[in-house]
Amino acid sequence: MLFATELVGASAYDSQAHFVGRVREFFVEPAEQPNRISHFLISRGRFQPLVARYDQVAKVAAGRIDLNVSERVLDAYKPNEGWLAVQKDLMDQQIIDTEGRKVVRVNDVDLTVIRTNEHVELRIAQVDVGLPGAMRRLLQGIAPSALVRKLQGKLPQRSIRWEFVNLIEPDPLRRVKLRITHEKLEDLHPADLAEMMEELSAAERQGIIASLDEETAAKVLAELDERLTTQIVEKLDPEKAADILEEMAPDAAADLLADLPKETSEELLEEMPNLEAEEVRELLSYDSSTAGGMMNTQFAYVSEASPREEVLGWLRKQDFNLEQLDTIVLVDAHAQFSGTVPVARMLLAAPEQLMSDLKTEPLVSITPDANEKDVFELFDKYNLRMLTVIDEEKRPIGTVTVDDVVSRLVNA
Amino acid sequence: MNLTTINNLIDGIRGRTLAFFSAGNQWRRRVALFLAVIGPGIITSNVDNDAGGIATYTQAGSAYGYTLLWSLIPMTIALYVTMEMCSRMGVITGKGLSDLIREEFGFRSTFFVMITGFLVDLGNVVAEFAGVAAAAQIFGVSKYIAVPMAAVAVWVLVLKGTYRQVEVVFLIACVFYLSYLFSALLSHPDWLLAARMTVIPSIHLETSYLITLTALVGTTIAPWQFFYLQASFVEKKVGPRQYPQARLDVLLGSISCMIIVFFIIICTAATLHASGLTNITDAGEAAKALVPLAGKWAALTFAFGLLNASLFAATILPLSTAHVICEGMGFEAGIDHKFREAPAFYWLYTILIVVGAGIVMIPSVPLWKIFIFSQVGNGVWLPIVVIFILLLVNRKDLMGEHTNTVAFNVVAWITAVAMIVLTFVLVGQGIYQWVRGVPG
Repeated sequence: MLFATELVGASAYDSQAHFVGRVREFFVEPAEQPNRISHFLISRGRFQPLVARYDQVAKVAAGRIDLNVSERVLDAYKPNEGWLAVQKDLMDQQIIDTEGRKVVRVNDVDLTVIRTNEHVELRIAQVDVGLPGAMRRLLQGIAPSALVRKLQGKLPQRSIRWEFVNLIEPDPLRRVKLRITHEKLEDLHPADLAEMMEELSAAERQGIIASLDEETAAKVLAELDERLTTQIVEKLDPEKAADILEEMAPDAAADLLADLPKETSEELLEEMPNLEAEEVRELLSYDSSTAGGMMNTQFAYVSEASPREEVLGWLRKQDFNLEQLDTIVLVDAHAQFSGTVPVARMLLAAPEQLMSDLKTEPLVSITPDANEKDVFELFDKYNLRMLTVIDEEKRPIGTVTVDDVVSRLVNA
Repeated sequence: MNLTTINNLIDGIRGRTLAFFSAGNQWRRRVALFLAVIGPGIITSNVDNDAGGIATYTQAGSAYGYTLLWSLIPMTIALYVTMEMCSRMGVITGKGLSDLIREEFGFRSTFFVMITGFLVDLGNVVAEFAGVAAAAQIFGVSKYIAVPMAAVAVWVLVLKGTYRQVEVVFLIACVFYLSYLFSALLSHPDWLLAARMTVIPSIHLETSYLITLTALVGTTIAPWQFFYLQASFVEKKVGPRQYPQARLDVLLGSISCMIIVFFIIICTAATLHASGLTNITDAGEAAKALVPLAGKWAALTFAFGLLNASLFAATILPLSTAHVICEGMGFEAGIDHKFREAPAFYWLYTILIVVGAGIVMIPSVPLWKIFIFSQVGNGVWLPIVVIFILLLVNRKDLMGEHTNTVAFNVVAWITAVAMIVLTFVLVGQGIYQWVRGVPG
């Protein structure tokens, strides 16, 4: 095991044991191989810096690299966007630990040495985010290497295996060249991802949202602090932003748009399909501190005269979010609100039982202009999980769910 | 009344104020936009008027009367220029100053910035608790009761509060600085002369005058404040669109900070200096001397101002320091985290308070040596930090189109060089005092 810190400034010698220069940087070429150190940058004072390829290295030890070729064979260094620079792009930068679900800062990079017949390869094994790496960075070149190695054994280890390291690159072109994908991030819970994003810089957040698929991006934005959400959406390409908004629940989309400047939100609404945009527009017309501003317009409602089995069959065919299927709203023959049925009660009921028999008592509903405080009180008083919002003609127009109430109360 | 009730009360006031302004016409909405951002700039610049600061202003007013007032205008500019750069960096990059230093200048630079910061700030924290002790004495409370109580209060506030609640408490503390306005009014100064001396520079080429002038600058612009300011804007999640409001916050902060200094100086100039008491070295002494000259109320408001300032700074300094260190080292930081989530942050915070308050409690400890130490430390630390700021704020890859303009850079570099020269003078003076072994 070698550490990147021990290799920085190492003296490089060629096959005739002539001093070539000092190693200043080393690169990984992810397009070729994800963890192999592919090139070493060797600087020679005022001369042009040279590059040694991985198969030109014969021996590596702390502070010294021996090449298996002569100095004349080495290429001159040319910057390459597709190379990941260990010093510049990795050391001291923030990365996402996809296993530990945390944003951490890299202190050092641990390398394994692999010997083949002709050459020696270095592979990145893990990144050090703990005290041993910090101490090495501090003492390297000041204290003897042996002492540093002895001291680090006494410190608690904290490192992340390379396959769990997710780099953050704001520049989309470079991201492609470096083969950085955010597939692993898409597997994380949106709430975890949102929390991690708060630790990152504005540009990095932007980069992550832009590279996630719309569905995940929508979920993450819904979890993120609203002040950050507006900053991100404002900077997104309007088309992409509209695609993400479409994926969001209309109430979440309306909340987000309400915080944006008028022109921006209008522009985004124009980009959205008419039906969704209409729904969001309607929600936007309510003050955010009223029941109308809290409600979601996507909910399941059925006739109170239908039998349980028929309703279940219908629900199966619909494309409902599971969160919206906690409680079913009932309407009577005049399409007026007539009650609610918890799905749990339907589960236990006989197939032929009518929905009207399964109703929860008493009949509770609220108008869209009611203050959010009244909503909270109703939830508290009747231990509700869902509250139906009705218009002047008593038609159900939306529902407020318990998670809307909880997030309001927490963020109050 | 327990802490939750207070928290709810604060949230209620905040919510209602915001609701009032956002519901109104365009003018009111503009105020609401500003109110959503206001805080970091005003808080940071007012903390500059901490116990050490008040001692220096008192000294300046009692020794030189109104003649140092002219320095307040250039100081306001210097304060604004330097703080504006940090606020801009925080708003644009969304990262703290030590984060940026770590990413752009590497581990070792960061480590030294942090270690220096820790030691210097510890000295400053001691100074704040000494301020608490001095103020308590005027109110007739023993320091052995007042200091531990203050330490616990400060510790609990941050441990149990969220960023927003703590910020409101801080903003209220800023309002209490107005007690110096009353001290000034009660001491019947010559307002006309004061106004004239503020706009017309009068420079005396006299060593002790220049040293006092240097000390004024040195105590007003402290390196830790840049870290705190930037971190607050980041923690508050202020984005580029709100930048004009953030800048206004910084501007108001710089001006209000200097207005308080103005009041302290004229209060002591009109009383102590006018009566020939030109050798006052600390604020407690000044408050006591005020009683026969301007009456009990002038003295009490003065002492109250000192208590408020000391408590305020004693909360923010350890907070800022813990922030800087954790950010740079990559530990979780910020008061929006729980103790369990950010142990390093809260331990550092606790240690700074316990050690800071503890040192003041030791009988016969030479406090003035600690003041000089922290002043010299600030002086050494400041140039490094300011140069880092100037290098970072001009980086295109970080700041995009928001780097300094040429004109701003000229003003910023002149300010930086002037500040560095002045603080070096102060450092030399401090070392001289230390070697000679005499305070003041």
